[in-house]
Amino acid sequence: MSTHANRRILTHLERLEAEAIHIMREVVAEATNPVMLYSVGKDSAVMLHLARKAFYPSPPPFPLLHVDTTWKFQAMYALRNRMAAESGMELIVYQNPEAAARGINPFDHGALHTDLWKTEGLKQALDKYGFDAAFGGARRDEEKSRAKERIFSFRTASHGWDPKNQRPELWNLYNARKNKGESIRIFPISNWTELDIWQYIQLNDVPIVPLYFADVRPTFEWEGGLFMADDIARLEKVLGYRPKITERSIRFRTLGCFPLTGAVESTAKTLSAVIQETLLTTTSERQGRVIDKDAGGAGMEVKKQQGYF
Amino acid sequence: MDQINVQSGGAEAAYVTDALIAEDIDAYLDTHQRKTMLRFITCGSVDDGKSTLIGRLLYDSKMIFEDQLALLQADSKKVGTQGAEIDFALLVDGLAAEREQGITIDVAYRFFNTEKRKFIVADCPGHEQYTRNMVTGASTADLAVILIDARKGVLVQTRRHSYLCHLIGIRNIVLAVNKMDLVGYDAAVFDAIVRDYAAFARSIGIEDFTAIPISGFKGDNITAPSSNTPWYTGPSLVEHLETVDIAASADAERPFRMPVQWVNRPDLDFRGFSGLVATGTVRPGDAIRVLPSGKTSTVTRIVTLDGDLDQAVAGQYATLCLADEVDCSRGDVIATADQPPQAADQFEATLVWLDDEPMLPGRAYWLKLATKTVSATIQPPKYVVDVNSLEHLAAKTLELNAIGVAELATDKPLVFEPYAQGHMLGGFVLIDKITNATVAAGMLHFSLRRAQNVHWQSVDVSREAHAALKNQQPRLLWFTGLSGSGKSTIANLVEKQLHALGKHTFLLDGDNVRHGLNKDLGFTEADRIENIRRAGEVAKLMTDAGLIVLTAFISPFRAEREMVRNMANAGEFLEIFVDTPLEEAERRDVKGLYRKARAGQLKNFTGIDSPYEAPENPEIRIDTTVESPEAAAQRIVSLLIGEQA
Repeated sequence: MSTHANRRILTHLERLEAEAIHIMREVVAEATNPVMLYSVGKDSAVMLHLARKAFYPSPPPFPLLHVDTTWKFQAMYALRNRMAAESGMELIVYQNPEAAARGINPFDHGALHTDLWKTEGLKQALDKYGFDAAFGGARRDEEKSRAKERIFSFRTASHGWDPKNQRPELWNLYNARKNKGESIRIFPISNWTELDIWQYIQLNDVPIVPLYFADVRPTFEWEGGLFMADDIARLEKVLGYRPKITERSIRFRTLGCFPLTGAVESTAKTLSAVIQETLLTTTSERQGRVIDKDAGGAGMEVKKQQGYF
Repeated sequence: MDQINVQSGGAEAAYVTDALIAEDIDAYLDTHQRKTMLRFITCGSVDDGKSTLIGRLLYDSKMIFEDQLALLQADSKKVGTQGAEIDFALLVDGLAAEREQGITIDVAYRFFNTEKRKFIVADCPGHEQYTRNMVTGASTADLAVILIDARKGVLVQTRRHSYLCHLIGIRNIVLAVNKMDLVGYDAAVFDAIVRDYAAFARSIGIEDFTAIPISGFKGDNITAPSSNTPWYTGPSLVEHLETVDIAASADAERPFRMPVQWVNRPDLDFRGFSGLVATGTVRPGDAIRVLPSGKTSTVTRIVTLDGDLDQAVAGQYATLCLADEVDCSRGDVIATADQPPQAADQFEATLVWLDDEPMLPGRAYWLKLATKTVSATIQPPKYVVDVNSLEHLAAKTLELNAIGVAELATDKPLVFEPYAQGHMLGGFVLIDKITNATVAAGMLHFSLRRAQNVHWQSVDVSREAHAALKNQQPRLLWFTGLSGSGKSTIANLVEKQLHALGKHTFLLDGDNVRHGLNKDLGFTEADRIENIRRAGEVAKLMTDAGLIVLTAFISPFRAEREMVRNMANAGEFLEIFVDTPLEEAERRDVKGLYRKARAGQLKNFTGIDSPYEAPENPEIRIDTTVESPEAAAQRIVSLLIGEQA
């Protein structure tokens, strides 16, 4: 049959890409003041790339918002600034002034560090700029409570999430109508897995922070984990002692604040090698982060109800 | 390579991808990037073992890591229902509340890969009250796995889930007869269930299905044929999922349609139309038609960041440039020029009601179809479907989880196709205009030709001419407030003054209209809505005749007052809120109605057992506790005369 010439079945990555781009365009068409949350990690890198594709040849018609903790890796700040310039997007960097004034840091303040810099910082930034729709790079495969979150996730005026009262999402129809004071978090890559992210980065040459690749870096051990000494002088000041620095070949599976993000010993210097290591690994991605371990298995769900992204 | 071996019995076969990952990652990635994707849902009753099956699929495809497994093992001992064995259900029952109750209460999406495909599973709950979640999960699925407990056979819920999957248009149905281990892997049990189900499936129009005997708990026929069921020669569940033909390709063979999402205009030299291709294929040089305007043009480019494309197919995102400067904006549809879809404003549709608040016939809802949002009103349902018996029953409304067929009318034409021909131009949602909740999912059957056949008769004496002769601007003064608030009193005073000033007016009083035009209507919510709709239409005709119309209706619902505002010509509608607190209106009780209502002799009385939704931004608000009727009337007249001057 001649019509079979038209039969081109899209690959899974093509379907996921089309879905994400469709979602981004719907938000831009229906929201008043959208913003893209940008954490400089690999998921953010893919989100930014998808946004550039969605609106090309226009630059993405919304700013990038980096809710900064001042404790990110230096390499992350460098890539952030470069990507904002390349994409032609406005970059908004927000640091919670209260956290700054109180000198909140991951060593002395534990969970409070995340709460004040990230959770509170995000709420403050969204309120300050009046953003009514914020793109986030969360994926459903990351964590159990994420698996049930909608792609358009509504937050009350106080940024709370009510998992029992989510809007049904049918086909690819998204209801972006908000009640007074509500805002929306939108997760265009909800249906992507970690492997999809890596493969998309590889196929599209998406720039990512070099820390994802193994290299010999200064490391120290702290509370049973392996960390990178990204800013030794600052570490010494906060810890009150100079940690024992050892040079090791390490890389990161996930990037957050450098003292909260555990490194893994690795020799994977190429994307293929990183993906290989990821696939062969036997521990889950978020294990390197401290945040999920609070409150047992339900850590993320509790945090989200409080307004964490 | 790592072999996964868990528990006893059953066929254990891990996917053999590990070796390739370790030996030749590039070859593995090359295979992986070519994989297609299958989205499926699992549905079944509460204890049919859905979560266990999905947990098993994740486990067997190595989607569970050591740390998660350790947590799972600990949890299994603590709250699991499988004794010392791993309770796979705990992997997928995500929210804390559900884990405690041991049931799944919302759609959860899970992911796994095999050598051939990537899979997205929507885990759909089995409870009756969560039909809405199942319909949500089914709307994006290519295939449905219907689970049956081998000990119980075809249940009412099996029938309901099958009906819903068929309704949503899922063509691939798998009947997974689970817990075969608990019936001794008895072929006779399996055969009886399959016979039973086949008879039912035929009766609702399911042409074909694949039945597989499995044990999610033991792992039989999940990834490989099980030695426990030598009498079964078909594929294992995963083998079937890996090879089944995906229906998405059917969309590619239909004529080209792309709903426009966004007009891309970075500068004066570039104008592109962005969207997701719904059906068919588009190439540069193709003749297209923009709907509903019907203007034609030719595609010049398909633009992407990675360079121009020589074609875009169904499911792909695209930005099209056209040869001509045709009007085209969000909500329009670009289609093959010689086979365009239709546009209409009246339809028959199947509705699945998703909200706690039942449907209100006559109320205007937002209707979103593809990228177009219009206002739509729904007629009382022709019938509702009893999802258990599949009987058609009479009904006046649709309650949560009800499925019914109804006619609806939109305020603007919609470009559409019957749902059976394409989900993107045939599936829609209804949104409540006040709460913004998504209240229904709908599937269009066909357009009703009525609106096309009843044409607007053009008249030579226009509404402007009518008004000019009377030397006035038509207005619709809509008085709203509780019973006994003073609406009629004030409206009457206003009309007397306007009349004395030589203005042509008419007062439509709620009570009077109910003696004639609306005497067939009662005081239920639906009847109240119809009451206001008719009054609004009559008032609109009177403004067309050039009159200043005053109405005095309680009109308790915001949505209907908004409906009348939208009906009226721009700027002619003035909402006048006669604001009298309930205690005060009840104290006055001019007609003795509050006393009757309190005594239970009047049902659905506004303020007592039926709500009054106060206007949020009325043009005029009258606080009758501080302003006399005369002063209020004077204020309204001054405002009008000032405007009329």
